[in-house]
Amino acid sequence: MAGKRKPRLAVWKFASCDGCQLTILDCEDELLSIAAEIEIANFPEVSSAIMKGPYDISIVEGSITTPDEAERIHRVRRSSRFLVAVGACASSGGLQALRNFKDVNEFISFVYATPAYIEALNKSTPVRDHIRVDFELQGCPPNKYQLMEVLSACINGRKPAVAQHALCLDCKRKGIVCVMVANGTSCMGPVTQTGCGVICPSYRRGCYSCFGPMETPNTDSLASWFGRLGMPSEDIVREFRTMYGWSEAFRRESEAREKETKA
Amino acid sequence: MEPKLVLDRHQFDTFFESLHKHGYEIIGPTLLDGAVVYAPVDSPDELPVGWTDEQQGGVYRLKRRGDQALFGYSAAAHSWKKFLFLPTLKLFEAYRTSGGPEIRHPQPDVRRRAFLGVRACEIASMEIQDRILIHGTFQDTAYVQARNAALIVAVQCLQSGGTCFCRSMNTGPEVTRGYDLLLTEITGPQKHVFIVDVGTDRGAGILEGIALAKADEADLKHAGDLVDEAAAHMGRVLDQNGIKELLYRNYEHPRWEEVAKRCLTCTNCTIVCPTCFCTTIEDVTDLPGGKAERWRRWDSCFTLDHSYLHGGCVRCSGLSRYRQWMTHKLATWIDQFGTSGCVGCGRCITWCPVGIDITEETAAIRSSGDASSSIFGKKGE
Ligand code: SF4
Ligand code: SF4
Ligand code: SF4
Ligand code: SF4
Repeated sequence: MAGKRKPRLAVWKFASCDGCQLTILDCEDELLSIAAEIEIANFPEVSSAIMKGPYDISIVEGSITTPDEAERIHRVRRSSRFLVAVGACASSGGLQALRNFKDVNEFISFVYATPAYIEALNKSTPVRDHIRVDFELQGCPPNKYQLMEVLSACINGRKPAVAQHALCLDCKRKGIVCVMVANGTSCMGPVTQTGCGVICPSYRRGCYSCFGPMETPNTDSLASWFGRLGMPSEDIVREFRTMYGWSEAFRRESEAREKETKA
Repeated sequence: MEPKLVLDRHQFDTFFESLHKHGYEIIGPTLLDGAVVYAPVDSPDELPVGWTDEQQGGVYRLKRRGDQALFGYSAAAHSWKKFLFLPTLKLFEAYRTSGGPEIRHPQPDVRRRAFLGVRACEIASMEIQDRILIHGTFQDTAYVQARNAALIVAVQCLQSGGTCFCRSMNTGPEVTRGYDLLLTEITGPQKHVFIVDVGTDRGAGILEGIALAKADEADLKHAGDLVDEAAAHMGRVLDQNGIKELLYRNYEHPRWEEVAKRCLTCTNCTIVCPTCFCTTIEDVTDLPGGKAERWRRWDSCFTLDHSYLHGGCVRCSGLSRYRQWMTHKLATWIDQFGTSGCVGCGRCITWCPVGIDITEETAAIRSSGDASSSIFGKKGE
């Protein structure tokens, strides 16, 4: 690629905990090679030197929760060639989307001394609900190797090798003994997208789906099995209401199970 | 025929030493995280001494035995497949050089391994994979190397597990071939011995220098009775009668919809199955684009990517994926490779997170089947 200018990267923050950006910084060994191949043009967490757009690759962290953000995300889209939404917030609304199940104004009146100063949208929503997204990388936070893979694929002009099947396939490839079958521990692995490296089952605990829904999640079957393992309905609702609680599959399941608890 | 020999439990350390002396790494049963798994073992103490298991659909529990048997459990959590047909394998590295791409192949793994505690169904499953990976159109070199380097120390099943049905599949429980050495474990209040059959010269070589008695009539009868008993207590049955035609006739059976409601498309059944051999190829590049690697990983017909053709996935529904899996195992495999793809080990039943049972699904189609016609023909054809 001699003579060609380096692709320019921008990293954008919306409503989020910064964990995804920290994942980029956590690519310690790889950061130098990133810097050699990519021009970090706009990444305030790394450098105060901010170059103007347009950008070749934009990484967007966070969900859309305020009227201001709902506008700003369109500006980001306009200045980006390839836009990647990373993390649970950007791809499903995040933990803060738990408020979507309740009335946000009630929370505001409890939490803030002067609620009138707070301007928040009713719902916390994923980036995809507002603009076209070229690629979504799931995970709360995403896996740094997958993040590198997405960048590498972007600049080498190929499709990112990011699998969307269930965590179970990698759990078995690693030779882990299934915690659900052998120990009766509830595990969200069968409905969760792989990518984390199978962290929780490696430590003998069930997955709680910080990577969100896999390609074809059969949440109803798994939720029923949780019931057979002795889990009360209220807890089944909670299993599906974490950082990916507002993803369509998990939302539908938790709402269906919530009805059961009230019936 | 070679006379059968008796290896005393006290001689098991010597047996291990002999395997080590012959350059074998011993892979055998051991306890890990609440299950029996196959892993490197250095001494007989690491075997699941006095343990057994209870298996049902979606449930596996270790239990204490009343004796100190070394091989008193049924099918282990994972099969031997992971040592012969590796879960992930780097095929090559490619480098961009001024003279064009340079390909480097990784060093083959030439470790000799002794597989200790191989069951009849597992030998049958290796033979099925041999047919595909050694005697098929293409040879899988990594598999051939690992298979040739493996010494098979088989054991007769003392008891069959709750999800086993090898008897229906004609693959067990009795080991009759495919071993270097074969052990039948006899435990009693006074003695704890192994009747040893020698299958090959390689197996005989391991026994050289160990003073073994000849088995007497009583021992042989006892060993035979144990095998019969295991056969009499199969946890499951799968009626093989006309199975291929039955499934071909019932592609549109309503039962597929029922099972699809439960199936998580999680891939567990395929990955634990000792005969499933699907893989996917993944290429990765470094950031500068100077180096690429090609990896092969276990794949499953339960992923969308498995049937991805240009523009989309062919088996989008869970129904079509479960049906593909079950009919391949039990029916189309016969047309493709000349045998069933199932050896009746029961792993897919035990390790399915929601306990879906291939024997139950087949029986359900059989009992109500043929009521529905299908694209492949009508009832009775
Ligand atoms: S432990 Fe969880 S992720 Fe692993 S196979 Fe079992 S259900 Fe799947
Ligand atoms: S196992 Fe599940 S909860 Fe644990 S890190 Fe992985 S995706 Fe997250
Ligand atoms: S289909 Fe099931 S029972 Fe048959 S060999 Fe595979 S895992 Fe064992
Ligand atoms: S049959 Fe069971 S193990 Fe197989 S994909 Fe379906 S839910 Fe998973």
